[in-house]
Amino acid sequence: MMLIHCPYCDEKRPEIEFAYAGEAHIVRPNAAEQQAMDDVEWSKFMFIRDNKRGEHCERWWHANGCNMYFNAVRNTVTDKFIKSYKIGQKRPSAAQIQKWKDQANG
Amino acid sequence: MGDFRKTGKGVIDTQQPVSFTFDGKSYSGFKGDTLASALLANGVHLMGRSFKYHRPRGPVGAGFEEPNALVTVTRGKGRMTPNLRATAIEIYEGMMASSQNRWPGLGFDIGAFNNTFSAFFPAGFYNKTFMWPKSFWDKVYEPFIRNMAGLGPAPTEVDPDVYGAVYGHCDILIIGSGPAGLAAALAAAKKDQRVILVDENVNMGGSLIGAGHVSIDEKSASDWVAKALKDLNKADNVVLMTRTSAIGYYHDNFVALAERLTDYIPEAQIGKTREKLHRIRAGKVILAQGAIERPLVFNGNDKPGVMLTSAAQTFLNKYGVAVGKEVAVFTAHDSAYSAAFELADSNVRIAAIIDAREGVSAELISAAEGRGIDVHIGSVISKTGGKKRVRSVEVYEPVHNTQKTIACDALLMSGGWTPSLHLWSQSKGSIKWDEAKGVYLPDLANENCVCIGSCNGDFGIKAALDAGSKAGGGRKVYKTDEPVFGSGQVFDHLPNYIKPSKTKAFVDFQNDVTDKDIKLAVREGFKSIEHVKRYTTNGMATDQGKLSNLNALEIAAKALGKQAPQVGLTTFRPPYTPTTFGTFCGYRTDDLFEVTRKTAIDPWAEAQGAVFEPVGIWRRAWYFPKAGEDMHAAVARECKATRDSLGIFDASTLGKIEVVGPDAAKFMNIMYTNPWSKLGVGACRYGLMLGENGYIYDDGVVGRIAEDRFHVTTTTGGAPRVYRHMEDYLQTEFPELDVWLTSTTEQWSVIALNGPNARKLIEPFVEGIDLSPEAFPHMNVREGKICGVPTRLFRVSFSGELGFEINVPSHYGRAVWETLFAAGEQFDITPYGTETMHVLRAEKGFIIIGQDTDGTVTPQDAGMSWIVSKKKKDFVGKRSLQRSDLVAEGRKQLIGLLTDDPKTVLEEGAHIVADPDQSIPMDMLGHVTSSYWSESLGKSIAMALVKDGFNRMGDDLYIPMEGGVTHKAKVVKPVFYDPKGERLNVV
Ligand SMILES: [Zn+2]
Repeated sequence: MMLIHCPYCDEKRPEIEFAYAGEAHIVRPNAAEQQAMDDVEWSKFMFIRDNKRGEHCERWWHANGCNMYFNAVRNTVTDKFIKSYKIGQKRPSAAQIQKWKDQANG
Repeated sequence: MGDFRKTGKGVIDTQQPVSFTFDGKSYSGFKGDTLASALLANGVHLMGRSFKYHRPRGPVGAGFEEPNALVTVTRGKGRMTPNLRATAIEIYEGMMASSQNRWPGLGFDIGAFNNTFSAFFPAGFYNKTFMWPKSFWDKVYEPFIRNMAGLGPAPTEVDPDVYGAVYGHCDILIIGSGPAGLAAALAAAKKDQRVILVDENVNMGGSLIGAGHVSIDEKSASDWVAKALKDLNKADNVVLMTRTSAIGYYHDNFVALAERLTDYIPEAQIGKTREKLHRIRAGKVILAQGAIERPLVFNGNDKPGVMLTSAAQTFLNKYGVAVGKEVAVFTAHDSAYSAAFELADSNVRIAAIIDAREGVSAELISAAEGRGIDVHIGSVISKTGGKKRVRSVEVYEPVHNTQKTIACDALLMSGGWTPSLHLWSQSKGSIKWDEAKGVYLPDLANENCVCIGSCNGDFGIKAALDAGSKAGGGRKVYKTDEPVFGSGQVFDHLPNYIKPSKTKAFVDFQNDVTDKDIKLAVREGFKSIEHVKRYTTNGMATDQGKLSNLNALEIAAKALGKQAPQVGLTTFRPPYTPTTFGTFCGYRTDDLFEVTRKTAIDPWAEAQGAVFEPVGIWRRAWYFPKAGEDMHAAVARECKATRDSLGIFDASTLGKIEVVGPDAAKFMNIMYTNPWSKLGVGACRYGLMLGENGYIYDDGVVGRIAEDRFHVTTTTGGAPRVYRHMEDYLQTEFPELDVWLTSTTEQWSVIALNGPNARKLIEPFVEGIDLSPEAFPHMNVREGKICGVPTRLFRVSFSGELGFEINVPSHYGRAVWETLFAAGEQFDITPYGTETMHVLRAEKGFIIIGQDTDGTVTPQDAGMSWIVSKKKKDFVGKRSLQRSDLVAEGRKQLIGLLTDDPKTVLEEGAHIVADPDQSIPMDMLGHVTSSYWSESLGKSIAMALVKDGFNRMGDDLYIPMEGGVTHKAKVVKPVFYDPKGERLNVV
């Protein structure tokens, strides 16, 4: 059972407190944008995901904790969390992720 | 008394004799014996039959890695445990053990004909033979395989024992208490850290137990261990756990330990915890699991009496048992010599040492000769004699092509050592091949974890002690006097003059996999070691290949023309050791198996004799039978009473979410298909919620309590996901909205009153609310008091009758219910359950989410286009509803069905076709979603999802059932009762 850092509680808590919530940084189009999208574009927003092998930005919900949604970078190969961050924070760049990894490795 | 016991050896208590039975025969051993050591002391080697060929087998190991000596122990009703390793279970007074996989008896076993015909059971035999026809699987193949190739029988009775589960935390978890583990614990104990040291054996000390040839820091090994344990026991920060197996290593140093608590105690321990699962989160894990000796793969290597050299050493040092009187040793590693010398020094005759290697140190040879032991260098064993016990070995010297038969009653083998990497690999630490040692060793750690001692390739006691001290944070350098560990040579193939077709050299003892099977698998095209494993079943037995994996790898690599590291190892999976289901279950059995949610009114329903049904994790009253009534009669009566006068129903399980804040209406507009801004305070509206994919997600009545406050209800089963769905959109897509969501399901008891007399019943009890139809019309909510307690009183109806849903704080629920129920006597008030609720709503054509919808139904499909706002620019699911597939012709649509024979109640889930005469497979149009007997209408009613259903109004459709019966039904609008809704307005 993994330990996951909730950026709102600022604590590592056991995985059972959390629920996975899919890929992060997929912005829901507003009403006007929705209407401007054809079915193919809309289906991409709805269904197409990166399914990335490696470092993946994803959403988690601290369901049995503070009740907040947050984002995290997790390596889908090693299952290691690199960093979790609050909703509203931009998608981290590759350089930023590398920096976090360097920090974690001391 | 066993003939094979050596006085002065072992750590058993010879003052405490223990009697037990094996296959009904009585034997005697000592406290501290395992079943295997006690039987060996009595000269018994034959302890089991192998899996496939039913060959006679004895213990090959002395511990938890044992593949052969599997037994069943019975302790009374429901307390039978199969597949226990005789080498790992302690005897106790009165123990009843029996061998497995034999019939009628261990000595004479009918299944052994498999052995005679073994040419017909090669690798992949099961895959090749039991293939066709498919229908043979259930009745012919599976029972055959189970009977012939079974392990011990599974228990058939309920296990009366109790199992425990605890969480634990520590800074350092040390697994294995041999020299490395003990030295690590001693060093760590001196630091300000919480330490847990576990060992699966009864005694700590590992290879040091009874090791008479070893001294540490000028003390005998036994004295050193005793002092170490005394010091560790004294330290407040150290917990010692014996009889505890580390079975699984999970993320972030989460390790599962299975502790055995009662199985070694003679008296029945019913009611006491038998086994306990510890879930430990450790800061650092130190793996000191040691190494397991590797068997040699040669013809006849599986006879009882053939075992690992280290096993014989353990039986001698730990239990004072000589495994034979005339023992031959076959080795490819130096370490076997010191074991042979220990036996010889304990007056066991060593018949010969046969060494497969050409080059052996002169020192070892002269030490052997000094003890009068013949050493055959560059020689192998070409066959073994004896049937149920090895009686002789044939020594073959390839260079001179000579054979010589030597008599013996035990044969020890040593193919070198395999470091135990199971937990390390489970932690996802990588491994690397060490060419010099011919073994896989730990490489890069994935967790805060280190391997020390022989599981890290640091063979020898001093190396283990020093590595332990360092891992525990110390700097101690130990001084030891110990036999030279030396080195060995890895053989993928041992020469033999006998034709391969006439030999049988086992790699995996329990699954009867031979070297020929592995070569055959490679010849048949299996290149991946994972496929070779599954095809041959090598390493798939209960010992998980602890003895066999490396040998299988060498043989497969050679056959593939590759080096071992290029072929790779199979994956190590938990549990490390076979573990009872009870340990995994822990406390979660019977009443604690699953949480049952009950409403405040539930005890009343139980006292009334209600029959309950599970709805999600809720338990709900299903119907309230009177004496002599079956479900049909009870539901018919409940329906009629409600429509005629008054029914009372516990609706407390409805999900409830309080949506509050200045932007509450805006938020509701996003989450539901219909508009909310103009809903007046005190008014209610039915709300339909979609997923972003446009399909119906949930529904429920919503009341506006104030400008900034909505009382939202959800389906019983849908409450958690609706809440999650709302929080998701609020937090991540619309964080600018000033809204708070609170789950209030448990805060309110909900009493639904339905029937023409509903208003009359509550009138005397209500304060502060004008109940007149003009002041309080249908689909409104008022706040006031009922029976003196606060209420949110909804005038709503899920039955089509005049209805009220009385929300009161949960703790008042039962009192209000009982007051109303008592007063309702004048109206013949009738409690009803979920079944009647379903009939009443189906008569009105109200849908149940998840029953009449299945996650692919749009509002249009359900005939509910009226609820989808055309004006709102955005709501969840809006854009998807415009997708071409969702507006296409020919979608399944929700319609009503009336059977030709009004007495026929269709089966829910039954498929619907247009042409009953079509040949199978027929074109299915859809299925029946809801179907009931309607007492009020005197006929059956049904709802169904049918392709193009709206265009089929008035058509006849067919429902073919199993057994040749076909029902005919007419498509109608799914509103069967009071289509104009006049009954809502009864005054
Ligand atoms: Zn949190």
